[in-house]
This record gives sequence, structure tokens and C-alpha cells, in this order.
Amino acid sequence: MSRATLGVGLVLLLALPLSGIGAYPLHLIIMCVLWSYVYTSWSIMGRLGLVSLGHGAFLGIGAYMVVMLWNHFGVSPWLGALAGIALSVLVALIIGIPCFRFRIVGHYFALVTLALTEVTRLVIVALRDQTGGSLGATPDTALAQGASVSLGALQFSSKIAWFYVIVAFWLLGLWVWHRIDRSMTRLALEAISQEEDAAASIGIDVTKSKLFVTVVSAVMTSIGGVLYAQYQLYINPDTVSGIGISLQIVFGVIAGGMYVMLGPTVGAVFTLLLAEGLRLALGEHFSKFPALDLAIYGLLLVLFIIYMPKGILGAALERWHKRRATRPVPAPG
Amino acid sequence: MPVFDIFLLEAVVNGILLGGLLALLSLGLNLVFGVIDVVWICYAELIMIGMYAVYVLHVQQGWPLVMAMAAGIAVVAALGALMHQFVIRPVLSAEPINQLLVTGGVLFFLQAAATLAFGIEFKNLGVRLPPVAIGEMSFSLPRIIAFAVALAGVVATYLLLTRTYIGTAIRAISQDRQIMPLMGVNPNRVFVVTSALGGALAGLGACLLVLQYDIHPAIGLSFGPIVFVICVLGGLGNMLGGLVAAFIFAQFISVGGFIFHIEWGYVIAFAFFIAVMFWRPQGILGGK
Repeated sequence: MSRATLGVGLVLLLALPLSGIGAYPLHLIIMCVLWSYVYTSWSIMGRLGLVSLGHGAFLGIGAYMVVMLWNHFGVSPWLGALAGIALSVLVALIIGIPCFRFRIVGHYFALVTLALTEVTRLVIVALRDQTGGSLGATPDTALAQGASVSLGALQFSSKIAWFYVIVAFWLLGLWVWHRIDRSMTRLALEAISQEEDAAASIGIDVTKSKLFVTVVSAVMTSIGGVLYAQYQLYINPDTVSGIGISLQIVFGVIAGGMYVMLGPTVGAVFTLLLAEGLRLALGEHFSKFPALDLAIYGLLLVLFIIYMPKGILGAALERWHKRRATRPVPAPG
Repeated sequence: MPVFDIFLLEAVVNGILLGGLLALLSLGLNLVFGVIDVVWICYAELIMIGMYAVYVLHVQQGWPLVMAMAAGIAVVAALGALMHQFVIRPVLSAEPINQLLVTGGVLFFLQAAATLAFGIEFKNLGVRLPPVAIGEMSFSLPRIIAFAVALAGVVATYLLLTRTYIGTAIRAISQDRQIMPLMGVNPNRVFVVTSALGGALAGLGACLLVLQYDIHPAIGLSFGPIVFVICVLGGLGNMLGGLVAAFIFAQFISVGGFIFHIEWGYVIAFAFFIAVMFWRPQGILGGK
């Protein structure tokens, strides 16, 4: 895909809220972009062989840290976000250092991180006197009568403002992805994911390289949690932590394509559009078929992993490159 | 709080009872992993399907409970075999992590299919067994039954693996996947049988769980992670390790939950797991 196409696409996206689009479509687009950002954050480590099934932990830490500090201590979400990031970094290090030092990889790494996200969810539920438990929590409103913006409390009633904030983070996420893609760290980690001992023997610091991407990914994901909490103004342990959401992140990325920059974005858009498309197609019958979108999604995931392991965008780009490469010679038949 | 009191003892005994059930659940997953080298992340969802099968046959179709349970075990066993044939077999040569993730797709599918078919309401068999009182302690009868049947299931699996021809083939192939085809064993047949056996163990687990808990489509998420963690704790594929780990883990849940609060019991158990992973990544009984 050329730079020009991407540039035009971005300008169109940025102009979108000004086109007088309705509140609900705009909300859907914001959710698409927000999850695109979170999925991209996950893929930064996932594509390098560090398949974490525990990113719900970082999402939950970010989301609950801001809301709890704000509701109980009146701490501004700006500081709350910093505290959430700090805790995420700490957790990433506590899990990462031993995992990478003791060579916990593959299945084992996936299952250790799975335990991590369950611990996070259970701690949130267990602290129900403070967090509201499974019922979730709502940040106290800072918007006085008539006011639409409280910068200190990071609350805007305007969806358009949120759109630009979240798009900015998404672009930042893509930039980080790109920077890591071009860095020595990526080459080192690719070597590590192929053959860890050989990589270590040529002087790659395996633990340090892995920790670096893990911390970057954790920080970005917990910011995603902060954005989610402040935009939705409602959080719940099952929607921001636990295995459900952690697996959803992983599968969204796989559906879209783990190894291309916009793959996680395509995955997020695909997932949300699948549910919305079914809602439109079935009309009022939709409520009679709860979870039909999830059933189709699960089936598609199985088919994707078997027949299209590179994901939607990965497979599409591969086909496109192949066609371009063979263009001078007309294909026979 | 005194250290030794009757309620603590009750918690310990309940932990042992829970351990038996968890041991059975982890056995099926360990068997599949040990032989086929694939983690069924949807294992708990197979159990959920088994619970619904028993519910439909017993409550809706009016079958006697024992027959409904036998049929439930058969359904999940068939599901295990089908899953191997249509989901695992095509990715056997793919990257290990893809094998784990493909079963995650099955997890979403089964959960959503159950929601479509049964809705999100809680269902139960309506069977209420009286508690058993021993001195000042009281224990739930379904838990005692579950413990006894689970142990019987573990022993039966052990006998099957050591005393029958197919069991010997299963053990042989888990030791050396490359050499067995050369000895004239059809590995795919062994894999399908193992998957069906793993499914049958999940089905048996379902029969025991359905006596104690209400059924709903997301129930798999509540005990699935525990079963994985136990298998990893014992060393993935190490069946004896899984049994030991199940009893240790159950004590953390039961006693930890008794001293603090039930969720804290789970938190402590999971934290213990993470700590053990750093100390012995190959599992408590795993050799290098």
C-alpha cells in the first residue's frame, strides 16, 4: 500500500466527525479506533513470539487505577493514569524478569500470563467494597451543570473531542509499532523467537530485549484502559480484565493479521463490524439470537488460523504483492 | 482466631474433596497434552457442553439421571474426537502457539452456541442432596460423591493406559512421536482415541459439576483457568504431577478462602502458581 493511499485514508478519517455523522456511528468508530490501539499495543510483543494471554491485566490496572484514585481520593485522572502506568510497568517487570530469565516461553508463557489476568480480575472483584465488585464502577462526574469539558478530570461530553484524543493515541501506537519494526530490538527478538540459544550465543541480551517490548506493550495497554474508562465512564472487571477480554485482544489481532502494521486495526474493525453488520442484517430479530455474532466469530477464527494464519490484512497484502510482482508477465489461464 | 478450629478442619477436608474433582478435570487435559502436545484452551467449554447435555436429557427429556449422565459423557467424548479431526489435525504441523489459539476459537464458538441454544439464564438439575454431618462439621454430599467418582475415574484411566493395547499405544506415542509410525502404529488413530478419552474425562467432570453448580454459558471461564494452572503446575503432560498439583491448589483455594474471602483464596492460589513457575518452570514433579 502506498503512502499516498494511507495519507488520503487518514485525512478522510480525521474529517469524519465534521461530516455531521450521527452520535451512534461516531461511537462505533471511536470504539473501533480505541480497540485498534489496544490490539496494536498487544501485537508489539505478540508478533515477536511473546504471546501474552494476560493483557487484560494491564487494561484493568489502567482503568481501575484512574477511577479508584479519582472516586476515593479525588486524584486527577492525569496523575491516576501515571500511577496506572507505573503499576503496569511494575507488574510487567515482576512477571517478565523471571519469565524471561528462566526461559518460560510458548505455552508456558501464555498460561502464566493467563493466570496474571485472572489474578487481576479476582483482586478487583475481591475489593468489592472499594471497586464495586462485579457490578462495576462509574467515575464521579466532574461536569457541573451546563459544562461540557473538565480538562482536570479528563471528562468531555463531546464525542468529537474523544474521537481526536483516541485517534491521536492510535497513531502514536502505530508509530511505536513502526519504530520497533525498524529497530535492532525487532531483529534481535526475531532471532530469539527462532532460536533462543543461538541468539544468546551471538551476544543478544535475551532478557533485556524481551523486557523492553513487554514494558512498552504493557504501558500502551494500560493507557488504553485509562482511555476506555474515561470515555465509557463505566468499567467492570469482566470487560477490562479477566480471560474473556484477554483472549479477545489476541484473537482480534490474529483475525486482522499479526505481522503487518495495520493488521490489529483491521482485526478490531472486523470484529466490531461483524456484530453491527449482523445487527443490521437481522433487524429486530437480532435480540432473538444472542451471541450469534460471537458464534460466527469463533468459527471464523478457527478457519482463519487453519487456512489464513496471516490474517485478513496479511493475506490480502501478500496476494497484492504477488500480483504486482507478476504483473509484466500475464498469468496464463 | 485460633489456629486449629473445627471450621479450619472443615475447610481442609473440603479442599481435599475439591482436589479430587480438580484432579479428574486436569487429567483429561494432561492426557491430551502429553500425547498430542496441544493445549485445549476450550477444555472447560467441553465440560460446559457436557453439563448442558445432562441437563437437556434429564430435565427436558425426562431421562433417568444415570442414563443422561452416561449419554453426556458420550456426547463430550464424541466432541473431543470431532475436535481433533476437524480442528487440531489441520494445524498439527503449524506453530505450537497456533494450535493453542485455534482451540480458543472453539472456546468462543461453544460459548456462543450455548448462549444461542439455552440463553444466559442459570439452569440446574433441581437435584438437592442433603448435607452430611460429621460431628460439628457438615459436608455437601455431591462433593463427597464427586470426590469418590473422580478418584475412580483417575484409577480407571490409569488401568486403561497401563493394561490395554490402545493404552500402551497411547503411552508409547507420547514418549516418541516420530518412531511409532515406523512401528506400524497409525498415529492419527491414537490421537483420535486419546481426544475421545480426554473428552470422556471432561464429560465425567461435567456430570460431577452439574450436581454442585448451576449451568450457564460462561461457566467454563470460572474454572477453566484453574484447570490449566494445575496442569502447568504439575508439569504439562505429567499426569501424576497434575494430581499432586490439584490437591495443593485446592487447599490454597479452600483454606485461603476460609481465612480471608473466597476470591482471595483464588488470588493466593494463582499467585502461588506464578511463584512456583519461577522456581520450577517444568512443574513441581517435572524433570528436565
